[in-house]
This record gives sequence, structure tokens and C-alpha cells, in this order.
Amino acid sequence: MSVTPDLNRRTLLRRAAAAGLLTVPAAGLLSACAGSEPAQDDNSGAAKSKDNPFGVQDGSSVKVVIFNGGLGDQWAKEDEAVFKAKRPNVTVNLSSTQKIKTEEQPKMATQPSDVVMNSGADIMDISTLVNEGAIEPLEDLLAAPAWDSEGAVADTLLPGTIEKGTFQGKFYVVHVAYTVWGNWYNAALFEKEGWQPPKTFDEFFALAPKIKAKGMAPYVYDAVHGYYPRWALMATIWKSAGKQAVIDIDNLKENAWKADGVLPALEAWEKLVKDKLLLPGQLDHTQSQQAWLDGKAAFVQVGTWLKNEMAETIPPGFEMKLSDYWSLGAGDKAPNDVYAGAGEGIVVPSRAPNKAAAKEFLRAVLSKEGSAKFAELTKSLASTKGSGDNVQDSALTSANELMSNAPEDLILVKFWDFYADLDKESQNLSAELMAGRLTAQQFVDGMQGAADKVASDSSIKKQTRSA
Amino acid sequence: MRHGVARFVMGFLALPVALYLFYVVWPFAQAAGYSLTDWGGYSDRQQFVGLDNYVRLFSDELIRKAFWHNVFFLITVPLFTIALALFLAFLLNVGGREDRAGIRGVFGSGLYKVIFFFPQVLSLVVVAVMWQQIYRADGQGLINGVLMKVGLVDPEDPILFTFDPEPFLGVPAVLWWLLLIAVWSGAGFYMVLFSAAMQSIPKDVYEAAILDGAGRFHTFFRITLPLLRDTVSVAWIYLGFIALDMYALVFVMTPSQGGPNHASEIFASVLNFTAFQKGQFGYACAMGVALAIFTILLAAAQLKITRRERIEY
Repeated sequence: MSVTPDLNRRTLLRRAAAAGLLTVPAAGLLSACAGSEPAQDDNSGAAKSKDNPFGVQDGSSVKVVIFNGGLGDQWAKEDEAVFKAKRPNVTVNLSSTQKIKTEEQPKMATQPSDVVMNSGADIMDISTLVNEGAIEPLEDLLAAPAWDSEGAVADTLLPGTIEKGTFQGKFYVVHVAYTVWGNWYNAALFEKEGWQPPKTFDEFFALAPKIKAKGMAPYVYDAVHGYYPRWALMATIWKSAGKQAVIDIDNLKENAWKADGVLPALEAWEKLVKDKLLLPGQLDHTQSQQAWLDGKAAFVQVGTWLKNEMAETIPPGFEMKLSDYWSLGAGDKAPNDVYAGAGEGIVVPSRAPNKAAAKEFLRAVLSKEGSAKFAELTKSLASTKGSGDNVQDSALTSANELMSNAPEDLILVKFWDFYADLDKESQNLSAELMAGRLTAQQFVDGMQGAADKVASDSSIKKQTRSA
Repeated sequence: MRHGVARFVMGFLALPVALYLFYVVWPFAQAAGYSLTDWGGYSDRQQFVGLDNYVRLFSDELIRKAFWHNVFFLITVPLFTIALALFLAFLLNVGGREDRAGIRGVFGSGLYKVIFFFPQVLSLVVVAVMWQQIYRADGQGLINGVLMKVGLVDPEDPILFTFDPEPFLGVPAVLWWLLLIAVWSGAGFYMVLFSAAMQSIPKDVYEAAILDGAGRFHTFFRITLPLLRDTVSVAWIYLGFIALDMYALVFVMTPSQGGPNHASEIFASVLNFTAFQKGQFGYACAMGVALAIFTILLAAAQLKITRRERIEY
């Protein structure tokens, strides 16, 4: 048996301790670690064919757990319908939650769900899953014929989707959404005021006083989750210092954080903070996005799930548009590269009882029909080609435009997927830089120190990327 | 007959004891076992590494930081909670008028009791979420909002509360703000506990003291407090346990759960990060076991120090 260390249990224990029934407060902490013996084997049995590439057995069932966050879970129900149309005799047990790690981690070594969407703040560390052999490589899914179009599943995916899901040379994670990140603004307001969305920091710094004159803060960010500002910082670093610099950072190359172009990128952010262009108040993601919708700030930076996440509170007449992250200007190595890529990963646990049906379900998720529904419902692109072609929406269209003007390379950063320590440290330092308690130089030194520490720690398994 | 009684008692005890062993004691034993391995938490692969994890604990900077933060709570949570609870209990029971040898609490003490006890009926997570809104660092926060309206706080520079790592008396401000919540939510329960104990102190003791001309100050320190010794000691131990936990508040209220930038890191948050984000369950179990041992030693030491002859009345 295993025990989940959730808050309810903790509170319960606290009460129990107070009542004198149990005198050790560490009880929750101790039992948090308890796990147990494994069991179960795969029950694939039916013959494999072109139409049934994984040999899914009729009468079997598949348990699917969806992260119910910014994208909701309606799209998954549509995928279930797509799946059922072809496999009416397989039972789909679809559920959704925001507590992926809390609910799924304790089951991973024994009796996991078949399909787990590993997303959100309560996420299972992907490198650990790979290193522990807890999730299944999905190369056969890529090679399998596509659900409702020509060619293999791999051919239907947008660029970067396979790279994003690849760890230690194998494909493990199917990312369903295709996210484009950047600075969002209210096009209606900008048009009314005659403002142009800036392309560089200098243009932004020139526009900022005009925005301030209207009683608005030029910029708002999520001060609770360090990974929000980190996207923006890393995008600026990539644009300024170029792709190779970020690859070196990901590969823990010596002095990678001290490469040319990294420091100036962070100094632009330091100036933004020092010049008091931020909306004060330490808001979290939805609070900051709401402040932006309420007209308290001109720009907010986040991914394309924004529209769906805030759908209920968008004021009438508000026209959400996405613009690219700002570059520094003339000396930049890759000023036009766009921060985009597959997101919202789904994994199949190695001990899942019905892996064949799990892969089949993922094939349905990546179908043309399923992807089109996904884009329609979530106003985000799916990670398959052409999902947003028939959706009319200003936010989605502006993201589409940004993508079609983007050069070959897409901004992709891996170090936080590779190493939990660097993930934590970079989130902390990003938040500190944005709070004005850290200079660009201190940020660089801090990250270099953290990277060196990981590099020299023999207990951490190293990973590399080449592209 | 005696045999029958034993069987009767056994019949009642067997099931609860079995449940306790299986759901409480056995996981403890398992955790102790895992603490000697390099188990990652997501598979059944594990290697025996002996005491390596425990050795590592002593050179872990983050753990050291977390340990001192827990020590801060260990000292302050019981101190402030008990002081406040004693003060309130004294006022509610014997702090009122001293007329006609009558000893009573201040006017309306019954109502105050309910109000002060109220936080105790709320789940700690609810308390944390509520205080998040009170502490919110913009104009919509309860405290900041009011102070901004009055003009005491500059809207450009609000009070940061749990986002503030700047040291106050050498301890990050965020910890003091969390302490305030812990004391607020705990004081009511201990006030009731102390009230009950105070009511069992015979009134004639107070009457005698008053006849001898003792004021409130002296009755409290010379009579009430010494006679409450046992209760205070027990309260101190319980509060010590709460101080070593503090997980819910840190988890819900601080940025990146232990932030900003590790300023509110505690044992439990480091343990949580090590187990669930770094995937080092073996090492995390070692932290849990170390904390358990520390807690037991602390409780034992305290019981020993405070043990004294009981005063019968």
C-alpha cells in the first residue's frame, strides 16, 4: 500500500497529534516516503495490424488522466469520442485533475493509470521518470500510421514536437498543445492610442512613458511562479546570445552563463525593473492576467493558453493579440526566433496495465479530427499540422501569424527539464531579478554557480542536447 | 471471569491495533528502510547505500538553512502562542472585577471564547488561503488595500508580506508573517485548554491571595502559572510539533514553496522538493527519519526537564 502526502492527510495528522493520539509530527513526512512492491503485466494480446498497430484487445479498458488546467478537459472528451468511434469495444475511463503528481506518483511503481497528462504546477519530474524507467518509450507510436491522414504519426507533428518529447535519445512524451509564447497586448487599446507593439527593448522603453501617462503600468508578470518570468528571460537570452549559447547552458558547458550576449539580455530586464515599469503587487498568474485584462497593465507575457484560461473574464471590446518577445537590437544573434513549441506532455507509465490501448488513445489524440476540436475548444494550436486552420479567433490568428513569419529555429530551453535543481534555482533567481533584489550580474553568477554544482554532482545523471 | 475480561478487551483492541500497525507503524518502518537506499520513487529499483543519505544530510546547505528556520518556529511558535493563550485565558477566567470575593472573567468572556476559538475549527489550508487574501500585496489585499486608502502605504511600494525575504531581527520577514498566522490560528485552542485548567484551580486559593492584597499581576505569576505548569508543558510539546511541521502554510502561502529564494525553506519543504521534484526518495526518507528522531528526543528532553512533583488540590 502507499500513502499520499496531500494536505488533507497532513491536517488530519496534525489534529490527531493535537489530540494526543499520535505524538510524532513527522508521521506525515515519514509515511510520505512509503511505497511498495510492484505487480502487474501488460495484457496486450490481440494481433497487430495496420488498422490496429498496437494490438489493442476488445473488451479491455484504458484509464486516462487529464490535467484540468488552462486548457480545460473538454478537448479530451472529444478525443474519447474519436477513439470510441474506431474502438467501440474498449472502455475509456477518463478523469481529470489538477493534482497530477499527488494522485499519480504513488501509483507509478505499482498500478498506474494507462495515460497520464503530466502537466501543471503539480507535475512529476520528467527526468526522474525517464531515469527510473517509469515511463514507456513511444517510438512505435511515432512509427504507427496516422489515425485519419496519410503517413505515420510522426509526419503529422509540428516541428519541435518530437525533439521536445525526446530524452536520452528516445521519444517519451507526447505534447498535445503547441504553444507560442510572447507579449500579449490589447490591440483595440493600442489602435485607439496609436501605439505600436514594440519589437525591441528600446522601442518598449520609448513607449513606456506614454503608457504610464495613461495611468497604466507598462508590464505585469507572475511573481508567484518563477517559471513565468523565466520564459521571458530565456527568450531574451536566446535572441541576444543565439541558439548555441542556450544549448551550451543546457549542456552545462563551463562558463556557459558568461557567454557574450547573456548579460546584456538580463541587463535589459534589470533596467525594466529599475525604471519601475512593472505593476506592483506580487500577483500570481491569473491575478496578473486579470490585471492586464482590467487595463492596469499594457503587456503580459505568457503562452497561447491565455485566452482559454481567462475566457470567462475577458471584457467586451478587448482584442487579445500576441507579439514576439522583444530583442535587444542591432547586435542580436537571433532577433527573430520565436519562442514556440509543443507543451502539455502526456506519458504512458511502464507499468500501465493496458499500454496498447494507451498508445492507441494517444494516436486518436493526435488525429486530424481530435486536433481540430482541440484548437476550436481551447483557442490554442494542437501539436499537429493544420489544427488551427479553420478557427476564427484574433488571439489564435496572431499566434499563427507570428509562427508563419518565424525563421527555422524555434526557441527551446531544456535545462529545467533536465535538472530539478537548476529548475528550482532558475525560478528563484528569475523571481528575485524581477523583484529587483538581484542585478543581472548576480543572476548570471548565481546560475553559473548552480550549474557548476549540478555538473560536479555525481549523483545527478547528466543529459545533453545537440539541437 | 478474569480470562473472559481479557478476551473481551482483546476483541476490542485487536482491530484498532492491527490498523494502527499496518497504516502507521509499518509505513514508518518502510520509510526507515528506504532511507538506507537510493530509491527514486517511481520504480521498484533501489540499491542499498547504508548511511550515505544521513552523512549527506550534514553537508546539505539547504537542509541546514531549513533546519534553522524550523528552530526559529520551534522557539517562537510555542512562546508566542502560549503567552497569548495564557493572557487571554487569564482575562477570560480571573481577570475581571474582584468584588465581594467573586473571581470572574472580563465582561462578555463567553463570547470572546467562541471568537478566539474560531480559527481552530478551520482547516489549516483554509486558514492559509484566507490569509493569502489578507496579505495580498496589491490594492485588493485586505491590509494593503486599507492602508493604501488611508495613505499609509504607497501603492507603488506595497507591504510584501510572504514575498519579503528581507531580514527582520536576523530572520527573513516572510517567516515572521507566517508566525503571525500560526499564533493566530493556534492561540484559541490553547486558550480553551488553559481555561479548563484554570477553572479547576480552587477559587479559595485566589480569594486567599486577594485577601492578602495580591493584585492581578501577582495572582497570575504566583498562583495561576505555577498551578498550570503541567498543562503548559503539554501545550509546549504539541506546539513544538506544529512548529516542526508548518508545511501547509509554507506550501500554500510562499512563492515557489519555500521562497522567495529559499527564504522560508523548512524541513518539510526541502523534503517535498527532494522526493517529488528531484526524485530522490531515499534521501528524502532519511530527512524524514532524522526529523522524527529529532522530534522524539526533543519531546523526551522536555518532559524530563519539566517533570516535578505534582501539587494536589
